[in-house]
Amino acid sequence: MQDQNKLNLKRRDFLKVGAISSTGLILGFQVSCKPKVLDAGPLVEMQANAYIGLNNRGMVQIVVHRSEMGQGVRTSLPMILADELEADWDKIEIIQAPGDEETYGNQNTDGSFSVRMFYEPLRKAGAGARMMLEQAAADIWEVDVKECKAKEHHVHHSSGKKLAFGELVEAAKKLEAPKEEAIKLKDSKDFKFIGKGPRLLDGKDMATGQAKYGLDTQIEGMQYAMIKRCPVVGGKIKSYDAKKAEAMPGVNKVFTLDSPDFPSGFDKPLGGVVVVADNTWAAWKALDAIEVEWEFGPNGNYDTDQYLDDLEVKVKKDGVVKRESGNVKQSLMNADQVLTAVYRIPHSSHSPMEPPCAVAEVKGNVCEIWAPTQNPEWVKGSVAGALATALEKKPEEIKVKVNVTLLGGGFGRKSKPDFVVEAAMISKEVGTAVKLTWKREHDVQHDFYHACGVQQIKVAIDQDNKVKAWNHQTIFPPIGGTASPQAIQPSDGELGLGFVDFPFEVENICCETNEARAHTRIGWVRSVSNIQHAFATCSMMDEIAEARQMDAIDNALDMLGKDRIFPIKDLVESYSNYNEPIEDFPWETARFRKVIEMVRDKSGWGEELAKGEAWGFAAHRSFLTYVAAVVKVKVDDKNKVTIPEVHYAVDCGKVINEERVKSQFEGGAVFGTSIALKSAITFKEGRAQQSNFNNFQVARHGEDPQKIAIYLVPSEAKPTGVGEPPVPPIAPAIANALYQITGKRHRTLPIDLKA
Amino acid sequence: MFPAQGLRRPVLIGIPPGKKTSGQIFIIILNKPLKGNKCQIFLYLVDYQPNYLSMPNYTLNINGEDKNFPDVPEDMPLLWVIRDLAGLTGTKYGCGQALCGACTIHLDGKPIRSCVLPIKNIKDQKITTIEGISEDGDHPVQEAWQEARVPQCGYCQSGQIMSAVALLESNPNPSDQEIADFMKGNICRCGTYARIREAIKLAAKS
Repeated sequence: MQDQNKLNLKRRDFLKVGAISSTGLILGFQVSCKPKVLDAGPLVEMQANAYIGLNNRGMVQIVVHRSEMGQGVRTSLPMILADELEADWDKIEIIQAPGDEETYGNQNTDGSFSVRMFYEPLRKAGAGARMMLEQAAADIWEVDVKECKAKEHHVHHSSGKKLAFGELVEAAKKLEAPKEEAIKLKDSKDFKFIGKGPRLLDGKDMATGQAKYGLDTQIEGMQYAMIKRCPVVGGKIKSYDAKKAEAMPGVNKVFTLDSPDFPSGFDKPLGGVVVVADNTWAAWKALDAIEVEWEFGPNGNYDTDQYLDDLEVKVKKDGVVKRESGNVKQSLMNADQVLTAVYRIPHSSHSPMEPPCAVAEVKGNVCEIWAPTQNPEWVKGSVAGALATALEKKPEEIKVKVNVTLLGGGFGRKSKPDFVVEAAMISKEVGTAVKLTWKREHDVQHDFYHACGVQQIKVAIDQDNKVKAWNHQTIFPPIGGTASPQAIQPSDGELGLGFVDFPFEVENICCETNEARAHTRIGWVRSVSNIQHAFATCSMMDEIAEARQMDAIDNALDMLGKDRIFPIKDLVESYSNYNEPIEDFPWETARFRKVIEMVRDKSGWGEELAKGEAWGFAAHRSFLTYVAAVVKVKVDDKNKVTIPEVHYAVDCGKVINEERVKSQFEGGAVFGTSIALKSAITFKEGRAQQSNFNNFQVARHGEDPQKIAIYLVPSEAKPTGVGEPPVPPIAPAIANALYQITGKRHRTLPIDLKA
Repeated sequence: MFPAQGLRRPVLIGIPPGKKTSGQIFIIILNKPLKGNKCQIFLYLVDYQPNYLSMPNYTLNINGEDKNFPDVPEDMPLLWVIRDLAGLTGTKYGCGQALCGACTIHLDGKPIRSCVLPIKNIKDQKITTIEGISEDGDHPVQEAWQEARVPQCGYCQSGQIMSAVALLESNPNPSDQEIADFMKGNICRCGTYARIREAIKLAAKS
């Protein structure tokens, strides 16, 4: 793999990473947690590989190349390096890598794969650096390197003498990094950090207001910009009046950015009227004072009530078959009992607490960016392309440097380069650095939304009480519809997210989809189409259990059948398995069984509860991780829903940072609660009806699960993701619990008992 | 301002066109009096504030220090004064409508959403931001926050901490329900609520 080759680069090549300043740091945008620098004397530094630098002050500089949005990569990835390196956790400085995939490997931080992809390569990088230090000590002592062992920021000789890492830098600098084949990894029983979870490296900064996010960036000479965009995607300016705005204090320029035809992709600005001012408030006020007459374009009539009603009619008809075995239609006709349910979910927006924002400084052909981006390489390409067009040059002639800041939340919103391209275009227009801020209203009204959609599931149960047929149809506007008018049906990729990979043993299965056009920008929100597919599948599994007069968990285990490798690739034309070869990460029903049994045994499932309280269950594999959830839900006499408990059993392979794995499940349970009970974006007359946290609602203190227990399956299997897997089981588990209390099946999200 | 000598229709010239912000400019006034042929020319150096909005100077006490803010529109929310003018970026923007709590600061120790507090409404109250609640990040609430490893993305945490500090000052041993009631104005999209509760209870013990 591309990444492994990095380790063989000679020392000189690493200087390409960036200038090493006199303070011993590679120039990255953000440096945080700088412990005291000891000792005087000339500074000597070395770069062991792309990720690890050391100096003779005893400090280790670790470069983190994945974006930090709360999932803890700025602690988890350094942990892996530091453990193999044998570094002292208190002597580490982290540096955020600029966008440079050639040097660092994949920097696209979405899809829950940072640890999955980089666990092995970073172990090797850490071990390789450790071996250089051990060799350096051997050289200094003139002994066999086999007698030298690194431990806790020192190299020890079997005779008892030792040298600190700082003392070895001068000698280690002269060495070449070991070849990949020669690298010796630590024994996992010797892990100090891996498997546990050390102090958060950014924890103090985040508790003291020192952590710097994209919106906090301040560059000399920077102006502040905001954009008034058409409320309907695909609309354009007919005319506008900015006279009042231009006369306001602090306002320096008002101009327009072109609006492209719909669909315009993930990296083209929507266009609109741009205000550039001396500070955020001046831009804000001026924006309010601008009057625009819009041509609303092709999506001016988008009405989600109507749209979903139409999908509900369509979903009952025959669709395009994506997976089929046996004869579902016949089985349904002959069945003793048929269960039918239609599920409906709305759009929702990512809405991270830090709205989209970026700082760009364009000087001639050169553009420097500071942005909270999940994908700096895509930003580089998109900004280069946009500036090339604007400057009438070729993209290769445009130099773009992307400094990745901390992200105040991402959830997929900040994967898209659109907001960074906006900042670059504005900077090019005004000739200074520009900070572009999206107001919360802009974020809620111009998001790349999670697709709304409808599903139908029909199940046949025969007189032997066996489930004989499973017919599932899903229809939603595809993500591809944001970029291409030809994308009018859910893609195989999206259908591979909890839809076609229904693992239960049923003789007759038919999974179908159908056409749905996008009338707004569709994006990928934390766990993507797993959200709706798990909601429908796990809700229907609960209905099946009731019809079969079985406990919901007993039913799931019964339907799961014998432990086997579920041969999904043989059953469908295309299954991406989260971009991993199925041989490396097979769909193992034994692991699914294990988490279902574990959550049953540890949660209190089945215990008698007070009136108004109930248990709910759901289990789902996503991003290669197996998750089973049991929730305890309570409804009071005013129909207010609270969630006293959530229990998760999780198999995510080898647990690297246990503490951050747990925090992702805690947070994911809240995110799932918002989806279940609170969040919806609806459209009328082409525009989103919500605008801020008053009408786009998310779970708040008191509405969140009050106690979250997480049981991790001990495993040596390859680590898999945890950023997204916590989300899908929560909404169906809550719906299933609410059924026990209300006697009604809740098949539309968000669930509103007061409705 | 003008010498009272039979002025008739002074002509004001010399204001540079398109000047938006305030500053000092020369004003040249030509006057031809009713009597006589001599033209009077008056030259003034004045403060120019073209906006109908008042843009006076403000002095605010932030984290124990008096800071001067010249020419600030009276309706500028304190949030933007703190972030853009004072350069203190620990206080965050999340919604601009007091719906999310990310902008929480203390005004004479009381928690306030700075995004909806116009600068003109601040008298001589003491403003404390996240940067000012301790010397070295060692406020018991901040220490509890680190011990419980509360933050995920961390963006909302300044506001959460400011609210939590105020909660504990008014209620040193809050129950879970009291915590929820007090803190429900602070949104965390990452979902760190459970650990915030834990940290508040930890801080309450210390």
